[in-house]
Amino acid sequence: MSSDSVKNFSSLETPGYVGFANLPNQVHRKSVKKGFEFTLMVVGESGLGKSTLVNALFLTDLYPERQVPDATEKMKQTVKLEPSTVEIEERGVKLRLTVVDTPGFGDAIDNTDSFSAIIRYIDDQFERFLRDESGLNRKNIMDNRIHCCFYFISPFGHGLKPLDIEFMKQLHNKVNIVPVIAKADVLTKKEMLRLKKKVMDEIQENGIRIYSLPECDSDEDEEYKEQVRQLKQAVPFAVCGANTMLEVRGRKVRGRLYPWGVVEVENPEHCDFIKLRTMLITHMQDLQEITQQVHYENYRSECLAKGGLPKRNTIVDEKGAATSDKDRILLEKEAELKRMQEMIAAMQAKMHQQQ
Amino acid sequence: ALTSKGNGPVGFDLLTEQFSKEIRKEGIQYNIMVVGRSGLGKSTFINTLFKDYDNDEGSEEVTPRPPQTTSIRSVAHVIEEKGVRVKLTITDTPGFADHVDNSECWEPIVEYICNQYESYLLEEIKPERKPYISDTRVHCLLYFVMPTGHCLKAVDVKALKRLSRFCNIIPLIAKADTLTRDELADFKKRINEDLRYHQIEIYPLYTKNEYSSEELEIIKAGIPYAVIGSDAYEEGKLIRKCSAGTAEIENPEHCDFVLLRDMLIRNEMLRLIKSTKVLFYESFRKNYL
Repeated sequence: MSSDSVKNFSSLETPGYVGFANLPNQVHRKSVKKGFEFTLMVVGESGLGKSTLVNALFLTDLYPERQVPDATEKMKQTVKLEPSTVEIEERGVKLRLTVVDTPGFGDAIDNTDSFSAIIRYIDDQFERFLRDESGLNRKNIMDNRIHCCFYFISPFGHGLKPLDIEFMKQLHNKVNIVPVIAKADVLTKKEMLRLKKKVMDEIQENGIRIYSLPECDSDEDEEYKEQVRQLKQAVPFAVCGANTMLEVRGRKVRGRLYPWGVVEVENPEHCDFIKLRTMLITHMQDLQEITQQVHYENYRSECLAKGGLPKRNTIVDEKGAATSDKDRILLEKEAELKRMQEMIAAMQAKMHQQQ
Repeated sequence: ALTSKGNGPVGFDLLTEQFSKEIRKEGIQYNIMVVGRSGLGKSTFINTLFKDYDNDEGSEEVTPRPPQTTSIRSVAHVIEEKGVRVKLTITDTPGFADHVDNSECWEPIVEYICNQYESYLLEEIKPERKPYISDTRVHCLLYFVMPTGHCLKAVDVKALKRLSRFCNIIPLIAKADTLTRDELADFKKRINEDLRYHQIEIYPLYTKNEYSSEELEIIKAGIPYAVIGSDAYEEGKLIRKCSAGTAEIENPEHCDFVLLRDMLIRNEMLRLIKSTKVLFYESFRKNYL
C-alpha cells in the first residue's frame, strides 16, 4: 500500500526536465474558465455602416431594438455614448464584448464639441479603474477601459476630413485608434488604393499615432509572419459589412445585392473585412496590453502628478453605497496616500532647489 | 374675339418657328449650381451630364471669388447642338459643409444667388438698358445628399430650408451605387418625409397651369434622384466598374441619371428658367424695391 502512495510522487520521468513547460496550459485553462473581456468603441458619423459592421464582425446582433433616427432627432446636437454588452461563446471560450457606440458624432452643424464627450468617457473609465486598483478590495475589478477604437473614415472624400484629423489628434494618446475606411464597396480597387495612400500620408503629416501591429518575433512560423505582413500592408482596412445571406453560384455568402452584382463581405478581393476580423482576434491581447501599459499609464501618471487620486464624488458608484466602515477606511487610505505624495513632491522640490 | 372668315389659318402657328429662330440667333443662358460636400462626385456628375464639354469653344472663368468658408466658382461653356446655342454656366461651391464647424455655411451661396438677382435688377431698372441683359441668375440648384441610407443630416435640413426660398432646388442622392435597391427606396422615402416635415419646398413648385397632373407625377416620383457619375465608357455605354459588377449609368434600373438628364435638359429647362424669373426673381424684386 505504501508503495502505491509512493508511486504517485515518483521521481522525474525525464532527467533534467522539471515540467514547468506545462505552465502555459494552466494559464490557458484558467483564462478559458474566467473568460475574456474586451471593450471596443466605434466612432464615425452616422450612415457609414458602423452598426452593420460590428454585427457582422461578431456574428451577433448588438442592437436588436434599434431604429434609424429621423432628422428631427438629429437636430439635437449632442454626442451620446451608448455601451452595449453581449456575452459570446465559441468552443467553450467566453468573451464578454462591450461595444461603445457614439451616436451624434459628426452629425451636428457645429462639431467642435463632439470630442469632449468621448474624451470624458474614456477618462472616466480610466478613473474608475484607477480607483478600483487603489481600493481595498481588488479581487474583481471590472475592466471597462476602451481597448480599441475603430474610427470610420468616409469613402466619399478625397482623404481625411478636418473632423477626422481633429479627432485622431485628440484621441491618439488615450486609446488605440484603428482607422477603417467605411462602405468600401463604393470604390473601385484603384480608387481604394489611392484613398488608402492619401489617408496614411495625411496621418503621418499630422503626427497621428494610430495602433500599429507589433513586429513578429523571429521564431514565429512563416505563415504567421506572412499574415501579419499582409495585414500591415492593408492598413487602413477598407471594410464593408452585411448581415444578409445571399446565394451566389450555389454558395451561401454574406453580402450586399446590387442590381449589377453582389459584393461578398468575406471575399478578400472585395474588401478587407476578413483582414480586420483577423487583426482584431489575433491582436486582442496586444490591444489590451497597450491600453494597460501605455494609455492607462499615461493617464495614471498625469493624474498622480496633478496631485492625488481622483475625487470620490466624480463617479457614481454603481454598486450602491458601500458600508460606512469601508468608506472610512478608504478615505483614510486616500488621505495617507495624498500626504505621502505631498511629501515626495516637497522632497523633489527641495532637490531641484539644491541643484 | 376676331374670327377669321376665310378658310385657311391666319398663320399664327408659325410663331413657334419664329421663336425657334430667335433662340437660335440669341442663344439661351442656363445657369446651374451644384452644392454638396466635397467628394460626392459633383464634378464627375456634371461632366457626365454635359458629356464633358470642357474642351468646347469659349470656356471662361466667370466669377472667381476669394476663398471663404464656402467659396463660389463659376465656369461657363458654350454648347451648340443643331444650331441651338446654350451658354451653360455651372457654379460650384467648394468648401460647403466640409469643416468641423459648418454653421451658416450656406450663407455665401444665398449671397451669391441674391447678388445675381441684384445685378439683373440693376440692369433692368436702368433708364437706358441693353436689349439683352446677361442672365446670370441661378435657374436650378442641384443639392447632393450623402448616401447614408438613413435620412437628411442636420446641415442638409438647415441649408435646404434656407436655399429653397431663393431658387429651384433639386435634391440628388450622390454616389447611389452605394445603396442596394431596397436601401435606396427606403432612403428616398425618408428624405421625402424629412422634406415634408421641415416644409422644404423643392422643384417643382406647383403653379396651377404650368403642369398637368401626369407631368407632376413623373417629376415628383423621381425626387430625390439617385445618381452615379462616371467618365468611363465600355462598348459605347457609360459605366462604372466596381467590385460587385458593372453599373450602367444610363440604365434606369441602375440609377436615375436618365430621368434627371431628361428633366434638366430635355423637358424642364425652360420651365426652370421661367420659374426662376416668375417666382424667385419677382419676390426678390418686390423685397428690394
